[in-house]
Amino acid sequence: MTAPHPIALQVNGEHVEAYVLPRTNLADFLRENLKLTGTHVGCEHGVCGACTIRVNGEIVRSCLMLAVQAHGASVETIEGLSDSGEISDLQEAFRARNALQCGYCTPAMLITAQDLLKADAEPDRERIREHLSGNYCRCTGYQAIIDAVEATARARKNSDEGRAP
Amino acid sequence: MNKPAHATLSELDRPNSYIGKTVPRPNLDRLLQGRGLYVSDMELPRMAHVVYVRSPHAHAKIVSVDTQAAKQKPGVVAVVTGEELADVITPWVGVLSHMKGLKSAPQRAIAVDRACWQGEAVAAVVASSRAAAEDAAEFVAVEYEELEAVTDMRTALDSATPVIHASLGDNLAFERTFDAGAPDAGFAEADEVAEAEFIFGRHTGVTLEPRSVVADWNAAEARLTIYQGTQAPHMVQNIAALHLGLEEAQVRVVCKDVGGSFGIKVHIYADEMATYALSKLLKRPVKYVADRIESFNTDIHARDHRCKARVGVKRDGTITAFEIDDLTGIGPYSMYPRTSAIEANQVVNLVGGPYVTPNYRARARVVFQNKNVMCQYRAVGHPIACSITEGLVDLAAAKIGMDPVEIRRRNLIADDAYPCTSPAGLRFELLSHHASLDKLLKMMNYDALRTEQAELCKRGIHRGIGIASFIEVTNPSAAFYGVGGAKISSQDGVAVRLDAQGAVVCQTSITEQGQGSESLTAQIVGSVLGVSMEKVRVILGDTDQTPYGGGTWASRGAGIGGEAALQAAKVLRKNILEVAAAILQSTPAELDIANNRIVNAGDGSPRIELPELARIVYFRPDTLPPGIQPELMATRHFVPRQYPFAFTNGVQASWLEVDTDTGFVKLLKHWVVEDCGVVVNPQLVDEQIRGGVVQGLGAALFEKCIYDERGQLTNANMADYLVPMSGETPDIDVGHVVSPTAESELGAKGAGEAGTAGAAAAVANAVNDALKPFGAVITEIPLTPQLILTALKRI
Ligand code: FES
Ligand code: FES
Repeated sequence: MTAPHPIALQVNGEHVEAYVLPRTNLADFLRENLKLTGTHVGCEHGVCGACTIRVNGEIVRSCLMLAVQAHGASVETIEGLSDSGEISDLQEAFRARNALQCGYCTPAMLITAQDLLKADAEPDRERIREHLSGNYCRCTGYQAIIDAVEATARARKNSDEGRAP
Repeated sequence: MNKPAHATLSELDRPNSYIGKTVPRPNLDRLLQGRGLYVSDMELPRMAHVVYVRSPHAHAKIVSVDTQAAKQKPGVVAVVTGEELADVITPWVGVLSHMKGLKSAPQRAIAVDRACWQGEAVAAVVASSRAAAEDAAEFVAVEYEELEAVTDMRTALDSATPVIHASLGDNLAFERTFDAGAPDAGFAEADEVAEAEFIFGRHTGVTLEPRSVVADWNAAEARLTIYQGTQAPHMVQNIAALHLGLEEAQVRVVCKDVGGSFGIKVHIYADEMATYALSKLLKRPVKYVADRIESFNTDIHARDHRCKARVGVKRDGTITAFEIDDLTGIGPYSMYPRTSAIEANQVVNLVGGPYVTPNYRARARVVFQNKNVMCQYRAVGHPIACSITEGLVDLAAAKIGMDPVEIRRRNLIADDAYPCTSPAGLRFELLSHHASLDKLLKMMNYDALRTEQAELCKRGIHRGIGIASFIEVTNPSAAFYGVGGAKISSQDGVAVRLDAQGAVVCQTSITEQGQGSESLTAQIVGSVLGVSMEKVRVILGDTDQTPYGGGTWASRGAGIGGEAALQAAKVLRKNILEVAAAILQSTPAELDIANNRIVNAGDGSPRIELPELARIVYFRPDTLPPGIQPELMATRHFVPRQYPFAFTNGVQASWLEVDTDTGFVKLLKHWVVEDCGVVVNPQLVDEQIRGGVVQGLGAALFEKCIYDERGQLTNANMADYLVPMSGETPDIDVGHVVSPTAESELGAKGAGEAGTAGAAAAVANAVNDALKPFGAVITEIPLTPQLILTALKRI
């Protein structure tokens, strides 16, 4: 039960194989084994949201998932989402609005916000606040983050309309 | 209001003038892409991990520590007791000589003989991985003999209560009494006297990245490198050297990205000291990252105060006197090196501060307890003083049936009364209480809001408006710590140089934890030099690389570090123009720098690009006229000398709804008008204010470290210790009044703590305003549903 266990998964599009202890959580696996330190750990018990990543397209708290449970899954972290350009507009909106101070909550905020924007193209402020309400930010007071997400939603909608058939 | 000195800045209103402009912070992409480097991310060759075995008891004799079994566990490098570590690091006592009478007991990196709070480290387990260290820690057998814990500050001084440190004689750490004017006469002439006991929940900072340190003793170099998320690298260097028996030159402190600080990371904790010592002992890098439970049990707490207070008022609204009797419990030790008496001392200094009332009496007592240590956290003392003062002012207004705005108007120091000195001896250079209040009322549309409130009240919807004026200490001089003997620099230094390609490198002793220190430095240097911000690279947080200085705390980065940057850049500018004049056979007065090139001062026409000038200076100095030795690097330091502190002021308002059935408070809107002098970057200042307000909202409604009577912290996790989340937080409108300080050419005062100073007071006043129809008054925070329902006699 405590012997290392083989796992194989996709991480940011790369095929990864590793032996992990059954108790290793996915956040630690990403940070310590794969050196993907953009995934942050704030509480290790599923409350702060700082460790949010995407597994098979859904956002999860990687501190609440074991690495062995990710066997066969496709995992995306902030490094992958940054390199693919999927959230570059959202990142730019955060930058322009100073929606981050220390930046520790930021990767997870971006991933959580992108999750909302994919599901709802026109979220109002209440909806944005609600969707991000599981992610701690101790620095910003949230308003700038809400502004940045709102601005991105608006910009995406405008550019979609521009592209209308 | 601008002093002539500021004219030089407005002359700089050219393409590269960034002062007063919203520009994005440099290098944010690093953090946005998850490519920052926080200490918790760091790894070094041969690095080991330390886990501390911590006392489960609030107060206990350590009978024995058996490390044998743990030492046998896989991956274990060492298991070290307090006694063993005492050979490597000396104990310390957290006192300052200017806090008269302040006493504390020697504190050790790891407890020896006795643990004095739940969470104090009693042994260290160092292993190849953190998991291995955690596993082995289970096998460290500590035998304790539980001692009676002193937990209630109200009885800490009773003769029946055990004395925590016998050598100190009693549990009183510090006491200050203060009398100004004629308080008795003041109360005698009052038509009404209002009094209350104000109670503040002990809370903490909850930085999202826990405290982290990597200590790397290189035995071959005899040098210790400390990677730590600290606000004050040179302070850490001094303290680490002092207690490890090293020269400061043997200690380098490096501060990379920091996941939140708020004052939590301006101190030096026993476990951090232990980590430095373990690295020295084991001759290899040792990493310590607090887990969340450790953060709650060991990160400094703050604000655990109970204050009996009263105010006298005449029927015309004149406030005749303030009086406070404040009591606070700081844990078993005064924290090192800034001490735990500062908060209470600040409360004495600040109560009544915005008002003209000359009569003031205060007593503050600071007592030891067997709880986690308390010390300076964002806005130190201000939220306490502001909540007391503004709570009293509202109580006084209610007594005489006056509107809360009106009573403030009648008592706030007039905007043309400066410079002046408060009853507590605080010297105000230039404040703007009335202008700020006027602006706030306009922003919030006060009269319309009152009408709306009255309408809603008829329909059983209970909304409240709360106002809180405040003053805030910023830009501290040596008066804060230096005069008390602490080696904490109050001056900061900046070195600026033009590199060989005409770009600018700037090293500053202030630090960055997300406030925007890097940005404001680049903005100022770019503006003064006439180069674009992208060409200014700012280096911070490294004692080997930057000038000596205090760092970023007490709202000092912009005001002190920013001025040093301005002065250094002015010297470099002069030096560049001299070289340019030599190259161009012109005079410095005829030349200027704009857009990264030398131009004619008269018509702005380009003369020579900075990269070309740099090329000549660095690679073809032989072509310069004889006798010219260019100095393309300049260093300047700055510390305020005329005023011990640059006070700022402001006013906040809260608009909220109380559900009188459930006791829940819904924050609807919050406004702040703040005067921090010259604003270097409006967006960054506003975001500092907002972030600060939200930390104050947490204190007002949610945050409290709940201890039981045995000194056990019962909610040491994020699920049970509540902080404001995006759903509960209102939008916050921020406005400014600008009263520059004439102490510096820049004119900037601090802004990082103002939000926290007044937010809780505004919320508490708003809740009481909403509860007015019920005749209920609450003077305790956090304002939990239970507290509100109790006040409403619903439970
Ligand atoms: S670290 Fe996973 S939710 Fe906090
Ligand atoms: S920016 Fe620091 S926690 Fe969000």
